[in-house]
Amino acid sequence: MNDFDFKHNNEDVETFLCIEAIKLKYGYNFSEYSRAHIKRRIKGRLVKSGLNNILELTHRLIEDEAFFRDVLLDFSINVTEMFRDPSFFKYLRENIIPILQSYPKINIWHAGCSSGEEVYSMAILLKECGLYDRCQIYATDFNQKIIEKAKDGIYSLEAIREYTKNYILAGGTRSFSDYYFAKYDNAILDLELKKRITFAEHNLVTDGSFGEMHLIICRNVLIYFNRTLQNRVNRLFLDSLIKGGYLCLGSKESLVYSDVFEKFDTVSEEFKLYRKHLKA
Amino acid sequence: MKYDILAIGGSAGGINALKKVLHNFRYASEVAIIIIQHLSPSSKSYLRTIVSGMIHMNVYEIEDKMQIKRGTVFIAPPNYHVLIEKDGMFTLTVTEKVCFARPSIDVTFESIADTFGESAIGMLLTGANQDGGQGLKLIREAGGYTIVQNPNTAEAREMPEYAIKHADPNEIIGLEEIGSRLNQIIISAGENR
Repeated sequence: MNDFDFKHNNEDVETFLCIEAIKLKYGYNFSEYSRAHIKRRIKGRLVKSGLNNILELTHRLIEDEAFFRDVLLDFSINVTEMFRDPSFFKYLRENIIPILQSYPKINIWHAGCSSGEEVYSMAILLKECGLYDRCQIYATDFNQKIIEKAKDGIYSLEAIREYTKNYILAGGTRSFSDYYFAKYDNAILDLELKKRITFAEHNLVTDGSFGEMHLIICRNVLIYFNRTLQNRVNRLFLDSLIKGGYLCLGSKESLVYSDVFEKFDTVSEEFKLYRKHLKA
Repeated sequence: MKYDILAIGGSAGGINALKKVLHNFRYASEVAIIIIQHLSPSSKSYLRTIVSGMIHMNVYEIEDKMQIKRGTVFIAPPNYHVLIEKDGMFTLTVTEKVCFARPSIDVTFESIADTFGESAIGMLLTGANQDGGQGLKLIREAGGYTIVQNPNTAEAREMPEYAIKHADPNEIIGLEEIGSRLNQIIISAGENR
């Protein structure tokens, strides 16, 4: 299956030991994350910290919890935007929302919500489609610190300018400034948008299902996992969806490589939108 | 075959340069080819179509956990960094830009140095920034073969110039000759084995 013969070098050994140390000391398990990603982030922190090698860094993070917290932040990627990939949101608005409309109550799960930009985008979309008051949105992340930021719903005005462009491209029907008020260099999102959102700590690696979802959104989260863990999480999503529920992945993530692929219909290959079989 | 992979980085003017390189290259069926070409983040993935017209090989835009294979061309998608795992799968990430770029040539070249090492050929073409120089250096240090386009033949000089200074590549080659020189490098590496 593999055309090539890759060798593990000393840094791979040290990376493995670092991951084991984190598991033993702090209980976070990164052993099924993408090893290439974890190694790259560890080496990035190594350069910043001025330490000599990964073993020294491992020793430091065992001894110094604050240092470990920095490493933890390196591992959890929080690059996100409001209405990121505007055409995806436009597609949801035009093709999926009308179907969700037929349900009396709609559960939506943003898995790996990071600092919340995408969750609030969804809240705006649902509001404009007149659906918001029938929705319950669960926004989860494994990183407590980032959830606090998501709850605040405060973003820089500079970022908001970009988001405004996205919002228009995503087919927004109002003025984006209706949804925030500016204070100093920040935009504070309208409290109304939070009304139906529950933010919670949830770890996709270790935690289970917690409800019957009509729509699960998990974009650019699973890319940081290896294929085994991706499979397990996709299974979790399958089990958490109602029959006929929808799963959205990032535009370069595919269910094709997953064991649960045959349990879904592909609704849009371009937007990686899948629907759990109605007779599952 | 000594070489398993040809990794090509390009920026401004890169698509035209790529066309010349691939047109003369005869050993595409024996290596995997990875192309990291800077694109606007919002651009639709049109590069796959363009490259398909340049070479008679399967051309894929990389998806997360796709398996790398010989005789195949893989293209970095806009707005993702590309890493390679030691089981031969690609991992995509959306971590911070490097050298103002995502995909960044440095990021993928570093990963190639780590996985393929001496069986990699790293090539840097035209461009108006400093991406790729650091990664090329790592490929060279890992024992791979490194080539930079002669800046005098580049639409934009900065990227090859920076790489020449920073990475001290094995060869600096004019655009018209890169493809045929690449064939010779691969043939002679096979003979010396």
